[in-house]
Amino acid sequence: MGFRSAVITFPGSNCDRDMAVALEQVSGTAPLRVWHGDAELPDGLDFIALPGGFSYGDYLRSGAMAANSPIMREVIRAADRGVPVLGVCNGFQVLTEARLLPGALMRNASQHFICRTVGLKVENAQSIFTSGYEAGQEIRIPVAHHDGNYFADEDTLDRLEGEGRVAFRYTENCNGSRRDIAGVLNKAGNVLGMMPHPERAVDAAHGGTDGLALFEGAMKALASA
Amino acid sequence: MKIRILVSLKPGVLDPQGRAVHHALEGLGFKGVDDVRIGRTVELDVADNTSDEALTEMCEKLLANTVIENYKIEKLG
Repeated sequence: MGFRSAVITFPGSNCDRDMAVALEQVSGTAPLRVWHGDAELPDGLDFIALPGGFSYGDYLRSGAMAANSPIMREVIRAADRGVPVLGVCNGFQVLTEARLLPGALMRNASQHFICRTVGLKVENAQSIFTSGYEAGQEIRIPVAHHDGNYFADEDTLDRLEGEGRVAFRYTENCNGSRRDIAGVLNKAGNVLGMMPHPERAVDAAHGGTDGLALFEGAMKALASA
Repeated sequence: MKIRILVSLKPGVLDPQGRAVHHALEGLGFKGVDDVRIGRTVELDVADNTSDEALTEMCEKLLANTVIENYKIEKLG
């Protein structure tokens, strides 16, 4: 049985193709491409990806407009049913704005756009998305964002840590994120938002392949589920 | 009916933009500026019978992110 995934494209998404290429490379099956204005998701999806970019020109707040687009109502429904949803960069911002994940992504503390490869520590290697890694493993994944400064109140941060919902932390905090958080899971563990771009680290020509294990691990975890 | 909605960062939420502007004001030689916080104004022109509840819902659902922001609704008439 093929791996049936979908990549959602919003106006202003610019990493949707990279995400689709990574998913096809790892699964052997090209993902379905879904437009933000579509009212329905394809049936029987195994995996949904919200790509990076600048949806709706980052108007109002990064991800705020996309979070209210027609397709997001369906993505929220799918997430509630347990379909794995990965949001990368702007996709993470969309997931927080859609309230599928707690917290918010604010302007980087430095005010600068950061585009470089950073170190991440895998905090939770038990989730669908991180089972291809070892807990505590350090990996290198590129970031490219202006609004990646993860904020949540102290109670929420304590809860996230207590429930093992911090998936990745920066080994060196590049953007001011509270408690160095680079990626968080929802309570059920089927939604992951992360600022770094694993889809930009799946080929030696990218300068690294540490993102591969995320997609391969997810596929393996889903196949054995 | 003209409505003005003021969206501001909650107290305790770091405002890097405000801090940079604060720094710039000091660079220009302005003294005695203790803090700078940057917010957003949204001006709406709505039907006169628009309810307070509807305005609140607009803020909660879209205009403000209540994780990090407060909002204030002003009716300008």
